[in-house]
Amino acid sequence: MECTETISELAAVSARMRGEVIMMSHRAGTPHLGSSLSVVDILVALYGAALRIDPKAPEDPLRDRAILSKGHAAMALYAVLAEHGFFGRELIDTFATHGAALAEQPSPHCAPGVELATGSLGHGLPISLGLALAAKIRGQSYRVFTVLSDGECNEGTVWEGALLAPALKLDNLVVIVDYNKWQATGRSEEVTSLSPLVEKWRAFGWHAQEVDGHDLAALTGALATVPHPSGKPLAIIAHTVKGKGVSFMEDDNNWHYRIPKASEVTAAFLELGLPAPVIPAGSGPKKAH
Amino acid sequence: MRNAFAEEITALAQTDERIVLLAGDIGNRLFDRFKEACPNRFYNCGIAEANMIGLAAGLAMAGFRPVCYTIAPFLTYRCVEQIRVDMCYHHVPVILVGTGSGLAYASLGATHHSCEEMGMLRLLPHLNVVAPADSQEVRAALRASLQDPNPTYIRIGKKGEPVVHPSVPAFTLGKAIPMRGGHGQGESDEVALLSTGVMLPTALALADWLKARDIHASVHSFHTVKPLDENTLHRAFSTARVVATLEEHSVLGGLGGSIAEWKADRPELPARLLRFGTADEFLHKTCDTEEANAHFGLTPEALGPRIQQALAASLNVT
Repeated sequence: MECTETISELAAVSARMRGEVIMMSHRAGTPHLGSSLSVVDILVALYGAALRIDPKAPEDPLRDRAILSKGHAAMALYAVLAEHGFFGRELIDTFATHGAALAEQPSPHCAPGVELATGSLGHGLPISLGLALAAKIRGQSYRVFTVLSDGECNEGTVWEGALLAPALKLDNLVVIVDYNKWQATGRSEEVTSLSPLVEKWRAFGWHAQEVDGHDLAALTGALATVPHPSGKPLAIIAHTVKGKGVSFMEDDNNWHYRIPKASEVTAAFLELGLPAPVIPAGSGPKKAH
Repeated sequence: MRNAFAEEITALAQTDERIVLLAGDIGNRLFDRFKEACPNRFYNCGIAEANMIGLAAGLAMAGFRPVCYTIAPFLTYRCVEQIRVDMCYHHVPVILVGTGSGLAYASLGATHHSCEEMGMLRLLPHLNVVAPADSQEVRAALRASLQDPNPTYIRIGKKGEPVVHPSVPAFTLGKAIPMRGGHGQGESDEVALLSTGVMLPTALALADWLKARDIHASVHSFHTVKPLDENTLHRAFSTARVVATLEEHSVLGGLGGSIAEWKADRPELPARLLRFGTADEFLHKTCDTEEANAHFGLTPEALGPRIQQALAASLNVT
């Protein structure tokens, strides 16, 4: 994947991805919309400007690996993978329907480009250490990019992995924390004393930096230098807003579980500057979560 | 057994470049030769077992054959979800070697005992659960697991266990090793003893105890608890009157537990099943391994009369 897209092109992709995610949530009646919207720009920057991976050769042993450890935001991953041609639109259209390839959270090998079955939090980073160590043992140059949620940083395995990666000198490993300040039922800062998050990663031996997780130029810039010259694994703490891009969803944790109604989808598309959506009759919130 | 494991993995790693050995800060000096021979394929992952298993799964996804080694209860109980999701759901051939399993660390207290872990792990799809009987079977189990596409848990003892096999036996995962009597030796056995793990010497001594009382017992080293060797089970339950399982593990959920489930689906098979293992309790008593086994009645002298009783009862029924 060549880094040819300009920031404004990436921003247009982000808006479309947000529309896709909102429509997927509406059509399939699936939750975690807020979490999916907060991670969109991270994934758009990652796939649009950082990853060395050919969507036509998604099993290439030398490809960069991208792991969405916060598997509950799978809608955003699916939308971005389809955007880059890893699979066709029909998989998006059938998302979370009976027998579909793409489930609410990814299963193993469910579609090209999906590296891991995630959803149980705290698994992506340890596995990423193994993928990165494998490259080191073989002298291969691929990198591993792992996207965590801030709530996920409650999990002990995140910190077990964070402790070990610098000792293994895994400069080919990047963690991006989608720091949207919420977890399922409360402010992440109130549930655990998460801050200062960047200093925690730094204290664990990572090269850690903060970025605005919705500033595509900042994100692509932070992702551009891997391995980092410090020789350390890289932690990018991306400050984000849950529900980003839609005024009535932003920073409102009800959208962790809420499903948008048809009128809300239309309003969201308008705000995102997208053409008015065609909403299938009879779709929308019906499942209880 | 742990020395045999260290020797064998060192030898295998020199010809199989897929092998990566991960240890959970255990085995001081045990792997010095491995580290010399394969310096970039040994990693001490620290006292962080769950992360070690995830890391191993990542290595396996990239084509390696990682082997994780630490004390059995920490490798298993603490990490059941990593074993389930990272290894089994993703179906990658990680090998877990749990040392000091069962009652091997009896003197260290129940935190260090693992008498329930096979019961937990054998519920997981794809996972082989293997309890070798001696150091020769440890070598054989390791070789076989490295050729198998499934993830595998191997529970071993510590050191100085009796060596039963004169050499590394022919070994297939899921196929018990006949030790005495039984299949192909033309003997009509009243009792079939199915032993898993380090109980094999006890099972052989029990067969001697019975023979001295004119009761013929076949003995199998039933090293694989999952998948079960159904052929051997069919034969044992069809020919013997009493089938007894022996394990340094709870009578719930392990070899005896899984055979009880298997047998429940086959009411037509005539033999009676006896399960010999540890009780459904934590061992609070300060004691060594031998005393712990005696506490649970896992000696030929305690088990023999139970078999005699079962045989007598089966005669009364028929």
